[in-house]
Amino acid sequence: MITAVAEEKEHYLNASYGLKSWLLTKDHKRIGLLYLATITFFFFIGGAFATLIRLELLTPQGDLVSAETYNKLFTMHGVVMVFFFLIPSIPAVMGNFFLPMMIGARDLAFPRLNLLSWYLLVIGGLFAIFAMVAGGVDTGWTFYTPYSTTYSNTWVIATALGIFVAGFSSILTGLNFIVTVHRMRAPGMTWFRMPLFVWANYATAIIQVLGTPVLAVTIMLLFCERVFHIGLFDPALGGDPVLFQHLFWFYSHPAVYIMVLPGMGVISELIAVFSRKAVFGYAFVAFSSVAIAVLGFLVWGHHLFVSGQSLYAGMVFSFLSYFVAIPSAIKVFNWTATLYKGSISYATPMLYAFGFIGLFTIGGLTGLFVACLGIDVHVTDTYFVVAHFHYIMVGGTLMAYLGGLHYWWPKMTGRMYPEGWAKISALVIFLGFNLTFFPQFILGYLGMPRRYHVYPDEFQVLHVLSTAGASVLAVGYLMPMVYFIWSLKYGKVASANPWKAPGLEWQTASPPPVHNFDVMPVVRNEAYDFSTTVGEAVEVG
Amino acid sequence: MQFPLMPVQASTISGEVDHLLYFLLAVAVFFIVVIFAAIFYFAIRYRRRSDAELPEPVHGSVPLEILWSVIPFGLTMVMFTWGASLYFRMNRPPDNAVQIYAVGKQWMWKLQHMEGQREINELHVPVGRPIKLTMTSEDVIHSFYVPAFRVKQDVLPGRYSTIWFQPTKPGKYHLFCAEYCGTKHSGMTGWIYVMEPQEYQAWLGGGAAAGSLADNGQKLFQDLACANCHKLDGTGRGPNLAGQFGRTIQLSSGGTVAFNEDYIRESVLQPAAKVVSGYQAIMPTFQGLVTEEGLVQLVEYIKSLTPASGSTPPGGSGVTPPPDKQAPNQRQTQPSVGTSTPGNR
Repeated sequence: MITAVAEEKEHYLNASYGLKSWLLTKDHKRIGLLYLATITFFFFIGGAFATLIRLELLTPQGDLVSAETYNKLFTMHGVVMVFFFLIPSIPAVMGNFFLPMMIGARDLAFPRLNLLSWYLLVIGGLFAIFAMVAGGVDTGWTFYTPYSTTYSNTWVIATALGIFVAGFSSILTGLNFIVTVHRMRAPGMTWFRMPLFVWANYATAIIQVLGTPVLAVTIMLLFCERVFHIGLFDPALGGDPVLFQHLFWFYSHPAVYIMVLPGMGVISELIAVFSRKAVFGYAFVAFSSVAIAVLGFLVWGHHLFVSGQSLYAGMVFSFLSYFVAIPSAIKVFNWTATLYKGSISYATPMLYAFGFIGLFTIGGLTGLFVACLGIDVHVTDTYFVVAHFHYIMVGGTLMAYLGGLHYWWPKMTGRMYPEGWAKISALVIFLGFNLTFFPQFILGYLGMPRRYHVYPDEFQVLHVLSTAGASVLAVGYLMPMVYFIWSLKYGKVASANPWKAPGLEWQTASPPPVHNFDVMPVVRNEAYDFSTTVGEAVEVG
Repeated sequence: MQFPLMPVQASTISGEVDHLLYFLLAVAVFFIVVIFAAIFYFAIRYRRRSDAELPEPVHGSVPLEILWSVIPFGLTMVMFTWGASLYFRMNRPPDNAVQIYAVGKQWMWKLQHMEGQREINELHVPVGRPIKLTMTSEDVIHSFYVPAFRVKQDVLPGRYSTIWFQPTKPGKYHLFCAEYCGTKHSGMTGWIYVMEPQEYQAWLGGGAAAGSLADNGQKLFQDLACANCHKLDGTGRGPNLAGQFGRTIQLSSGGTVAFNEDYIRESVLQPAAKVVSGYQAIMPTFQGLVTEEGLVQLVEYIKSLTPASGSTPPGGSGVTPPPDKQAPNQRQTQPSVGTSTPGNR
């Protein structure tokens, strides 16, 4: 036993042992795994809420849970999934683990701040869990006033404070990434040699740092209104309820890009590595991330087309919203063009990348419908919108997250996941997802409003299809959970670079040593130059 | 079991919304087919045949980037223009629209017709005539949504919002609350009954309406003692309200305000907010003394007040004087109306 340990090379997982070595770690890789455990926990809580919602909607009557409970379920599903899963997901897990490695750094710029960010997410999460256990909250994740400030008698304050605290986790992570990208790049790692995953996380970090403080301010105002009745949002106190919507969406629309941009970064990596081609139009893809980050701040008013804001405001916001379509389209076209004359592997991460492109395309194109004033009046606050944003958030971000997790799993754990099972689960998730959410587009256009506990009979067939899809989807999500854990002990031992990928994170051992690289890397090639890692001449250990 | 794929079209605008939808669908399907076909074709054509394969790098093409930026941009601008023009028509009620008032509250819709009929969670309207609803909420935000008409408008506390539609087909259509409003949000639903004109007239006549909206408003105007100060001969301590609706009013603070439904509502509840030029802020608030439905009645009554013909020279009411003709503080002195004509329509 002792000799076996002595023979094993030291890496970040076996360098030290014990709870303390994890809870006080400053290693970005270990913090990445702490985030992984945390958000996986929240993902399954949010998923459990979703399951109950879909079961309730199997029949038009409210027969499984009461109206109060149903309202709490969709609220907590949204709060947990948005603030405690999607927003941290890719940046906090994969960005934390791989952003420093991809630019040849030993760690993030501020390792202690990084650990603090994780604790803030956990503390925020504890507030949210307290609110759920104590009785839940029923305002919808959007907390619209004056319902949330004056009328709801549920745990609004505890939930809002949880989001407030978790927001600082997001701000500090973004700050850390920005400084790291500016200051910690290895020699030769110029801006235009950076992997597109780094570009995407950099653009995301800009939104996190500039946008999240507005959320913090909004939550504080909500808090003051609810506790001290200061009269900002409730007309009975002299306030304006639509003001809250402006403030809320000023953060929460850019937050959509906090959730999806890192996923786009993952997809750029996957498409390049599994077709062994440099991403087509690298600079266009890189700048389209920044363009989305900037434009994302100018379109919040498209959530308010029927709120009573002026017709001209509606017109301006619709016009600006269409500009977001251009960088999004550029990405999709460039990913597709990257496949041209590639060497395309069907490994699981690539299946997720294909899935992402398909589902994000549908999600993005239906975004054109909701940005269209004449259509949005009819479909806003219906299941059409529910379907649209789940295609972006689940079909996009979650597919990218799972694709990235499979891709980097060998590096993170030193073990391969079981390829056969992984392919099956990717297929199950893709089919389950479409069966769940595609019928909701039709439901929405038919007029089924969102957040309805009971509904007219004529919508039942589509709801049954959606619930059936959700059951398939649930199975699809449980499979990776099982085989990832299984692989930790029984998975094939991974080599340093099982995909023959050119990224710096693959030019070191799996799992990586504590300081990432035994020899400080010097970068001489552009990103995605496969000539150094593929071919007869190259031997990969 | 019913399994429709498209909602019924029952208003003048619904067919146009569907046409726009079909255009957007065509564009979306085109791009989905192109992207999916390209991915499938490339994935099969260029599948990896050996693990040592190293394809030639291709770095990009600026002409292609421009092409696939400009074409989507052009298409989105068509969507924008088409959608915006439809939106403008959806938001501009015709002048001859039938006026109805709606008040939303947790969790019901209360509707009042001009003739005085009141309904809860049901609205009867004639086919073929534009209908305009002026709506407000007693508590949280609601949203008035009729899928068959493709119209939706949030209903806010503290202000009036409007929605209009012109039904084209008699029948019974869903009314939904589309903005989450609390526990029984999904129970805040109702029906719109679109009737043939003569049927509608019979329905209007059949109800035991206790006076028209304006009649009820006049009664409230007396009961709340509004008339003590807002005298219709212009001698009261408050401004004469006759004939003011739709005008622009000079305020004592120096600005102006449009004399509309919102201004009447605000002036009853927060009289000191916008005081008419030349008057003191002496009016007490009526917050808590008058319901949203009562406010609607007052609004209709004040709208119905017309200056007696000939008694008021143009611009002489003191409320919208041309700046060069009247000093800002000059009280109005001319008598304007003797009798009101409530409900004259």
